[in-house]
Amino acid sequence: MSNLVALLLGLIFSVGLSVSGMVNPNKVIGFLDLFGNWDPDLIFVMGGAAGLNLIMFRFILKRKNPLLGSDFHLPTASQVDKKLILGAILFGVGWGIGGICPGPGLANLFTLKAEPIVFVVFMILGMLTFKFTSK
Amino acid sequence: MINALIGGAIIGLAASLLLLTLGRIFGITGIMSGMFSGFNKSNIWQYMIVLGLILGSAITSIFMPQFFQYEFKTSLPLMALAGFLVGYGTRLGSGCTSGHGVCGLPRLSIRSLVATMTFMISGIVTVFIMGRF
Repeated sequence: MSNLVALLLGLIFSVGLSVSGMVNPNKVIGFLDLFGNWDPDLIFVMGGAAGLNLIMFRFILKRKNPLLGSDFHLPTASQVDKKLILGAILFGVGWGIGGICPGPGLANLFTLKAEPIVFVVFMILGMLTFKFTSK
Repeated sequence: MINALIGGAIIGLAASLLLLTLGRIFGITGIMSGMFSGFNKSNIWQYMIVLGLILGSAITSIFMPQFFQYEFKTSLPLMALAGFLVGYGTRLGSGCTSGHGVCGLPRLSIRSLVATMTFMISGIVTVFIMGRF
């Protein structure tokens, strides 16, 4: 049951990425092009997503446990550290160069275009490099 | 703008429902990294989310092909570099646009606020510099 729900929610999230324009690298780069021909649309994507969650999360987290599990799994780290900042900087550089972040990278795979395939392969390599070099 | 808002709300809905049902944060790089520990009962849901992400856009393109009328303008070597930086950076920084932005901001997490502002600024600076070449 949990796995079917996960599949369905992955599908829904991907529909959202498609409709919102997040899958389109030119739109993302247009949004990041603050000092050029700026396209503000992605503010509304983040506003719509985070805004809805701001309300929903309040109600959901009042529950003792999730519907299909025993506990909520929430991040526990609270310190802003060098790793967080440096990681976000590197991610931002990659996002600016390619115009896609991880979700849209996966959502673009079905097009079988070379760019998202190369992006996702190297993204996984980057993740594995981190995994095997940190501690 | 309307599409952006509707698409954003759909993304938010999926993230809210994942928290409600499985009690999990919809952070895509976190979910992907969970797959590296092999394939077992406890992480099948992560494979399922990734599969859903790959298929959801494909299904969307059948009914609404207008959302996929674009070409990538970044060269393949630069896409490789971009992918590597995104993969390494999101693990080092504990999250990407979905984990820190879509889910962390609504949780009023200071870490996510700092991360989101940092990758936005870093992306803006990168596009500014790339535009000069």
